[in-house]
Amino acid sequence: MKKLGIILISHVSEIADGLPKLLTQVAQDVSFTSAGGTDTNDVGTSMEKILTAINNNDAAELLAFYDIGSAKMNLELAIEMTDKQVHLYDTALVEGAYTAATLIQADVPLADIEKQLAPLKIK
Amino acid sequence: MLTVENTQKWLNNFYQKIEEHKDYLSELDTPIGDGDHGNNMMRGMVGVKESMARLQNPDLQALFKAIAMGLISKVGGASGPLYGTAFLEMAKKCTETQAAADLILVGLAGIKKRGGATEGDKTMVDVWSPVAHSSQLTTEVIAAAVAATKDMQAKKGRASYLGERSIGHLDPGAVSSGYLFTALIETEGIL
Repeated sequence: MKKLGIILISHVSEIADGLPKLLTQVAQDVSFTSAGGTDTNDVGTSMEKILTAINNNDAAELLAFYDIGSAKMNLELAIEMTDKQVHLYDTALVEGAYTAATLIQADVPLADIEKQLAPLKIK
Repeated sequence: MLTVENTQKWLNNFYQKIEEHKDYLSELDTPIGDGDHGNNMMRGMVGVKESMARLQNPDLQALFKAIAMGLISKVGGASGPLYGTAFLEMAKKCTETQAAADLILVGLAGIKKRGGATEGDKTMVDVWSPVAHSSQLTTEVIAAAVAATKDMQAKKGRASYLGERSIGHLDPGAVSSGYLFTALIETEGIL
């Protein structure tokens, strides 16, 4: 397993849980965990689900990607409540996660990954 | 001054207002949002009630934390982390001061930090800020602050995607914040 992992946050569980299918194609050795929907699986996000995704990821240092609105706020709250190091990116969710996964798999250092993520920032 | 007893009363009163107006809040949220603010807030307040009921002889800090976690874990929409952060900040500050004005001020700072909104963005900040900065909190102060969001163009939150089309609608988070502070005024012994 790579030492950097990725967490995926979406308002809809199918989006968050579906993304690893795409990402593992380019990154077999990266740990992906996801948190989608509210605690009752309605449209929204859940701070507790995000915290679980952080804790269940095999890596101690994580890159976090999210979709819209409250996802970022719940993500920030979860980051404040964990001991793991979590980096949050305001990129397009799919493209950002795909870029990061590819680069982590290729053992590219985080600083260089962040350089490639910078132009994908959209929010 | 806030105590465990009057804070519980305040939140119970807020619960009733949300219950009474939840359809109206969702209706306000329909043209400029995702139409769920009333239901989200109702779920959050049920969460608050449950987490307050689990407390045994809490101090004010434990009570504020329970309120925050109830909102954060149950709301689902952006108002969960926003209201939740406000109460978390109050939990941090309340060992130092229990004055409502001081706690509302730290709550406002928390909301601004979490959501990145400032005054005039057509959000709950536009109610929290005038309330926090008023020398005397009255229902008129609240009503004027809520009404002022109607002519604003949304810069933050779901309504901001609509740009100019967001003008002419009250902000639902501002309206629910208005209920929160009306409930505060109505609770004896806080102000």
